[in-house]
Amino acid sequence: MPLPLAFIWSEFAQQVTGGLAAGAIYASLALALVLIYQTTNVVNFAQGEMATFTTYIAWTMMKHGVSYWPAFVLTLLIAFGGGVAVERVLIRPVEHRPEIVIVILTIGMLITINGLTGWIWGAEVKAFDSPFPNRSLVLGNVSISIQDIGTFGVCLGTVAVLWLFFRFTTLGLAMRSVAFNPDASRLMGVRVGWMLALGWGLAAALGSVAGMMAAPTVFLDPDMMLVVLIYAFAAAVLGGIDSPVGAVVGGLLLGVVINLLGSYVSFVGQELRLPTALAVLLLVLVIRPTGLFGRVVVQRV
Amino acid sequence: MRRWTSPALQGLVLAVAVVLIALLPRFTSEFRLGQFTYVAIYFVALLGLNILTGYNGQISLGHAAFMGIGGYTAAVLILGRKGFELLGQHPSHVIPDHGMRAVFTIPIAGLVAGATGYLFGIPALRLGGHSLALATLAVAVSFPAVAKRFEHLTGGGGGLSLPLPHAPLGWHISTPHWLYYEAWVSAGILFVVAWLLVRGRVGRAWRAIRDGEIAAVSSGVSPAVYKTLAFGISAAYAGVAGALFAIQVSYINPDTFPVTLSILLLASVVIGGLSSLSGVIVGALVLEFLPIYAQAPPLLHLHFAKQAGPVVFGIALMVIVLLMPGGAASLIRRITRPVTGALARKG
Amino acid sequence: MSTLLELRGVEARYGPIKALHGVSLTVSEGEIVALLGANGAGKTTTLRAVSGTVRHSGGEVVFAGKQLVSGRPDAVARAGIAHVPEGRGLFAQLSVWENLRMGAYVRGERRTLRQEAPRVCQYFPWLERRRDQQAGTLSGGEQQMLALARALVGRPRLLMLDEPSLGLAPTIVQEIFRIVKQCNADDGLAVLVVEQNANVALDAAARAYVLEVGQVAIEGESAELRRHEGIRKSYLGY
Repeated sequence: MPLPLAFIWSEFAQQVTGGLAAGAIYASLALALVLIYQTTNVVNFAQGEMATFTTYIAWTMMKHGVSYWPAFVLTLLIAFGGGVAVERVLIRPVEHRPEIVIVILTIGMLITINGLTGWIWGAEVKAFDSPFPNRSLVLGNVSISIQDIGTFGVCLGTVAVLWLFFRFTTLGLAMRSVAFNPDASRLMGVRVGWMLALGWGLAAALGSVAGMMAAPTVFLDPDMMLVVLIYAFAAAVLGGIDSPVGAVVGGLLLGVVINLLGSYVSFVGQELRLPTALAVLLLVLVIRPTGLFGRVVVQRV
Repeated sequence: MRRWTSPALQGLVLAVAVVLIALLPRFTSEFRLGQFTYVAIYFVALLGLNILTGYNGQISLGHAAFMGIGGYTAAVLILGRKGFELLGQHPSHVIPDHGMRAVFTIPIAGLVAGATGYLFGIPALRLGGHSLALATLAVAVSFPAVAKRFEHLTGGGGGLSLPLPHAPLGWHISTPHWLYYEAWVSAGILFVVAWLLVRGRVGRAWRAIRDGEIAAVSSGVSPAVYKTLAFGISAAYAGVAGALFAIQVSYINPDTFPVTLSILLLASVVIGGLSSLSGVIVGALVLEFLPIYAQAPPLLHLHFAKQAGPVVFGIALMVIVLLMPGGAASLIRRITRPVTGALARKG
Repeated sequence: MSTLLELRGVEARYGPIKALHGVSLTVSEGEIVALLGANGAGKTTTLRAVSGTVRHSGGEVVFAGKQLVSGRPDAVARAGIAHVPEGRGLFAQLSVWENLRMGAYVRGERRTLRQEAPRVCQYFPWLERRRDQQAGTLSGGEQQMLALARALVGRPRLLMLDEPSLGLAPTIVQEIFRIVKQCNADDGLAVLVVEQNANVALDAAARAYVLEVGQVAIEGESAELRRHEGIRKSYLGY
């Protein structure tokens, strides 16, 4: 069967790697959402704005002469502290209120942080340095951008570090136990409240990785993570909002599929990527509301 | 005693409000009048959103998109294909040849947006809470891209300029005055409709579903029917608001109804008070004036960046959620209760 | 023997409903005490008031000479009380071994697990063979044993068991109580056990309390209670 466009393997490979790089960013932010959802049962609509805000902090540090990686690490620490503070101050008081209330609270955070970012740093678009060279790696007749490889590596590396943390450390185990059964965790001597705050801190740090990796390609502006957030949500929901593996797989899958649809289906093109993702998402939710990897939760009266 | 007095007092407040709104144009500049026209438009949109979120418990972060659908419907009908061609556009064949009077496009815009909302409400049945918020947010973010893509219907990124509307039947008032009355009469009619809906059988069903879907089913209420109905009606309100908006600014483009508007609409409903129709007017006033006064606070000679609006808005929203879950409406009730109580005792 | 746990006139309520109307009891060091009573008498609530999963609205709970703070289960656990609640409170999605790690959490996970796991595994040799199995896929009896093992890994001074026999075959119930008695004999572990099955409980316990409508109605040595006519009729069935 003839393909609609001249099909070139090297271009296909480039689209896939580009999709994987974007997907890794979605996966990081999606995992941040899942982390918070698992521990506190909150979907944090301000996750993207928190990431943007910390990315601006990184930008400021670099503008004042701090080199990339130290700025990167410092930003993660600041984001972590900020996440912990947000949970303690804002989320704690509404812990036992209906979901709609908590969603609205995080929307309030979204509006506030977005406004603050614009207020402090201005609305104009800024360039953000990338730690990776702007060259391509040529393998045969396929050339892959080093930027894409680096982004993919940093995001998935962070995810891997988190996985090790949850799997093998005492603190990680305690956080998982809180996610599964907070009452039983308390009986084991776990300070549940602090574990929740820690979860928010880790999610904020993870989000800032996504922000710093996205900024070189999408450029720094106060709204830069809004679209990323929606893709990340879509990825999280696609994979099942309570499944970390699902979030990562969902993110990568979404990145690749959207990139390929955008380049090979002319109806979709550049503009209709997001609506297409939305349509896919709605379809998945209607057919399988718990996502591809999610658990079925029995509704109680 | 109070049972008897409270509706009477409500009626009195309503009558005073109607008189104030009717007389306002005599005492204010055309610029201010324009601002109050926007208040009416937001009032309509917020009424619809409150039906959905406040009374039925379904979050929507996508209402600007439904406003957009209403706005484009009105714009397309006002221009007709002739109008498109005058603007140098290539219109789609589905557009009628000749344009319509702006007023008549308003109900049609409501119907079109309502039908779209109703259809969206069907997949939304499978979603709740956060997933619905997410899906509707995605609709809001997607809307401008979709509007740009279908340029034979929407004029693409350049947008559509509309002819300046005039008062009908040789009525000699200026355009801003006419737009003001048009918006407030629509708002008044839709307020009464909302009031009748909310206090009747439908409203009871909505609230029952909001407070517990399974319990509602066991008392014979079908969530599917009433939830999609709420979505449809809510979107129809947004559509009317969008049409009024497009007519008011005489121009529409894909960015007329941005995501930010969707988010601020939801915030305003909460600030005004979920499931309170009187709170909606507070929400509408807040949505129009808070950004303006946050940027340049009255009496203080200060001038902040335009982001001061959203920052104050967001903080207000968080404070309301944390400290005053009933929104402004509950505050008003708390203040007026002693007054109504005293009146009741006297009467 | 010195007193380890003492409840003085403890009251507790669920919303408007009062569940405990002033419960007073003691558990001495190295003693097994049973708490008997009909459904709804307040046995479970008494344990929960001690572990802090229910706030007590009156009276006081003293453990090892110190007053326990109401409503802080994590602090109570760190003070040395292990509570195996109704329904066992296992982490169904975690593995057998991870559940044991959580049991050791209270005294510093790694060191405690290294020191205590071999001891506990002597009682439950199968644990080591099935360490990677998901706890939720164990049989009911195995789950109860894992819950017991998890509590023992933390080397508590007082173990509180809530109806360990519920829904289990008699041989497994006997096995569980045999291990509890063994631990009591080996390390002087104090135990407060709530049971419907009064026969088994009185076999294991030195003393027992009978709760009726949120208050202690009868207390005494196990042998003495066995002879008590009311108890024989209501709880022992002969």
